[in-house]
Amino acid sequence: MPPHPETWLRVTEAGLYCAPGDFFVDPVRPVERAVITHGHSDHARPDHEGVLATPETLAVMRARMGEERAGRRPQALAYGESLTINGVKLRLVPAGHVLGSAQVVMDYDGSRCVVSGDYKRRADPTCAPFEPVPCDVFVTEATFGLPVFTHPPVAQEMARLLHSLALFPERTHVIGAYALGKAQRLIAELRAAGYDKPVYIHGALAQLCALFEAHGVRLGELRPATVADKASLVGAVVIAPPSAIADRWARRLNEPVPCMASGWMRVRQRAKQKGVELPLVISDHADWPELLATCAEVEAPEIWITHGREEALIHALGTRGQRGRALHLIGRDEDEEGE
Amino acid sequence: MSVAAFAELLEGLLYTPSRLGKLRLLREWFATQPDPDRGMGLAALAGDLVFRTAKPSVIRDLVAARTDPVLLALSHDYVGDFAETVALIWPEDARRNAEPPALSEVVEGLEVAPRAEIPAMIAAWLDTLDASARFALIKLVTGGLRVGASGRLAKTALAEWSGQDIAEIEEVWHGVAPPYLPLFRWLEGQGPRPDPNGAPVFRPLMLANPLEALDLAALDAAAHRAEWKWDGIRVQLTAGPGGHRIWSRGGEDISGAFPEILDAMAGLHGVLDGELLVIREGIVAPFSDLQQRLNRKAPGPKMLREHPAAIRLYDILFDRDQDLRPLPFDSRRAHLEAWFERERPPRMDVSPLIPFATIEELSAIRDGARAASIEGLMLKRADSPYQPGRTKGLWWKWKRNPLTLDVVMMYAQRGHGKRSSFYSDYTFGVWRGPPGSDELVPVGKAYSGYTDEELAWLDRWIRNHTTARFGPVREVEKQLVLEVAFDAAQRSTRHKSGFALRFPRILRIRKDKPAAEADRIEAVEALVATNAVPTEAGADLG
Ligand SMILES: [Zn+2]
Ligand SMILES: [Zn+2]
Repeated sequence: MPPHPETWLRVTEAGLYCAPGDFFVDPVRPVERAVITHGHSDHARPDHEGVLATPETLAVMRARMGEERAGRRPQALAYGESLTINGVKLRLVPAGHVLGSAQVVMDYDGSRCVVSGDYKRRADPTCAPFEPVPCDVFVTEATFGLPVFTHPPVAQEMARLLHSLALFPERTHVIGAYALGKAQRLIAELRAAGYDKPVYIHGALAQLCALFEAHGVRLGELRPATVADKASLVGAVVIAPPSAIADRWARRLNEPVPCMASGWMRVRQRAKQKGVELPLVISDHADWPELLATCAEVEAPEIWITHGREEALIHALGTRGQRGRALHLIGRDEDEEGE
Repeated sequence: MSVAAFAELLEGLLYTPSRLGKLRLLREWFATQPDPDRGMGLAALAGDLVFRTAKPSVIRDLVAARTDPVLLALSHDYVGDFAETVALIWPEDARRNAEPPALSEVVEGLEVAPRAEIPAMIAAWLDTLDASARFALIKLVTGGLRVGASGRLAKTALAEWSGQDIAEIEEVWHGVAPPYLPLFRWLEGQGPRPDPNGAPVFRPLMLANPLEALDLAALDAAAHRAEWKWDGIRVQLTAGPGGHRIWSRGGEDISGAFPEILDAMAGLHGVLDGELLVIREGIVAPFSDLQQRLNRKAPGPKMLREHPAAIRLYDILFDRDQDLRPLPFDSRRAHLEAWFERERPPRMDVSPLIPFATIEELSAIRDGARAASIEGLMLKRADSPYQPGRTKGLWWKWKRNPLTLDVVMMYAQRGHGKRSSFYSDYTFGVWRGPPGSDELVPVGKAYSGYTDEELAWLDRWIRNHTTARFGPVREVEKQLVLEVAFDAAQRSTRHKSGFALRFPRILRIRKDKPAAEADRIEAVEALVATNAVPTEAGADLG
């Protein structure tokens, strides 16, 4: 009988560790060998020795932390290619979360474990769609692991944004969106909805937007927001990191409408607490129905949950005959969705 | 016009921070919505819609039949608000194609449908709506429409929109009923002024300003009267042949929630100002007891028995039809006392005046008052007329200084509702035992007092200093000193320490102070209230 994945994968202080392969997946402290699912900072940390990731994720890491800290020995593994390390066959499969995001598929001695990192199932014009891989243990996130979280269709949220822009043509709409993934997706969705005016971006987004463009994601005309004069921002769309929508430069704009693009915006008080006037429920994480559907699709008898609201998901999986287990990984961001 | 339009108004009111913005939304509602929907929306915001047969329990049963109980409980715990939880968790039927109902259709349906048909009717509506409209509908059914727009704000918007004076609108308000067609006709200049025919009217309350050190220095003791500031809610009682009402400070009619007070007002004729309290055998219960009453629109017999309400009178505005408001405080007070002698109404007493000669003496009295039911003192100019609003220089509130301790954080828990993303509830302790072998023992739990920045800092600190996790609770390294303020310290069997603090809140994060120098149990013991009001175990917040 093939060995159960719990005999060759374990949770350590640094994160999930594959013993026969002697590598960590998304470790939270510097290690000798790391496999990185995607470039968000709670998954991709600086100063590892060896880093294995998709070429896109390696590029993101270089952009975010600089060449020296993005891993001393980077190794690119494209989607679909495979590599065997000490008997562990390793493959990276699209996770649909952000550009370059991957599930880590590990086969060892006839048993298979898939670590999905963060993922979503909705179409995203900026990255490859999630591919379900049948396995013995599926390791999932549960950021939106409660049945109150059903993300509405993106088109509906974009329509609300365009409606607001038409309703308040004088006011600048300042949208909070995570710098990696969400911001570029939002711009691409705006373009898809027919918005062809320049989009103003906060300085913190410039480098990543350029990187997405270099990977073939069309974002249209972008202009820097922080140096733009007030007059040119009348009625404009400005995209900024979530923490910056209430900054001084944003407040000086003409009656700005603070917006936020996040799955958390589904809950009124969460939106209100952030001072948001136009909440846009757009997420790069699976919502509740998608979490359940994905767990069913991969046909794994056992689901391990890295972070998020594991209690509800474990309960729901139990009623469907799947065993859920909380890994309690320290260092994952449970409450901010992008990072 | 469908429920969706009303849902959009509610969302707008919730997310628009400025009063001006909210008024703009309301004016737009009155200008653009057709009758009777605009009046139904106004009634919902003003709290004038009460359905006898549609109760929150109907919604609870409907959602319980459609969801897993564990998932519902976890969701409710996360979201905080039950109506919103139901709105979000309601299973959507992708094939829904029925027309969503009009607002007036909903209101009429809830008023006239037989009790047995109500649940199926509500379920059918919910099936046609999206999450935001479901929320509006549920709030409408359960009567819990607190959306950041009080009835007063809606009336202000009505005044701005129509150009009519708000006092005029207040006057006629209690003579009209939803959907207020005669009111709208009058405001649009197409009909006569509705006749309030003697119905009880709310008169805006006179309010106090906080007393600052500078004001205190300038205060002339002889020209002022002092009374306790009781920890309940300010109310106005109006009684007369046209009816009896209990109004909250904001002019909301809360009569239905306090039937025993309404009974006690039988036969009275006048307008009174007082504090609504829960009083058991002459002792004022903690505010949390009153809070339980305020949460019930229609309290059951058990609630009435165990949380009996009473009024402690401060002032009299009208005796029969005689307007006493222009009189100086001293005269009104004499009038109040004489009135009380004459009427002797049950469940009421007169809040006593506190004799004092100097401000220093008064200050000592204030510091000495440790009863939790007392928030501090009220100082009123002896010659002050009863003036609506917060006129500076006439009435002062002088809150008691809180007690403080330096404590060590032991555990942290996620908050609820809007704070569920943060570790916002902290269990803290003080040292006990001989130095060297002393241990931390918990004395309380605080979940307020910090600023948003401090909360964010605390949350980060907790995540970085976690030593263990138990479900939603994290145990943290015993390093962080917090200065907590609280109203009183009491003996308690609920904590290992044997003490509990009342209403503790975080005053300051003492990053500068080593944990070993935090307070010891002896410091708590020294602060235990000598004249503390005994409380029920359930009300012990420690
Ligand atoms: Zn991520
Ligand atoms: Zn993540």
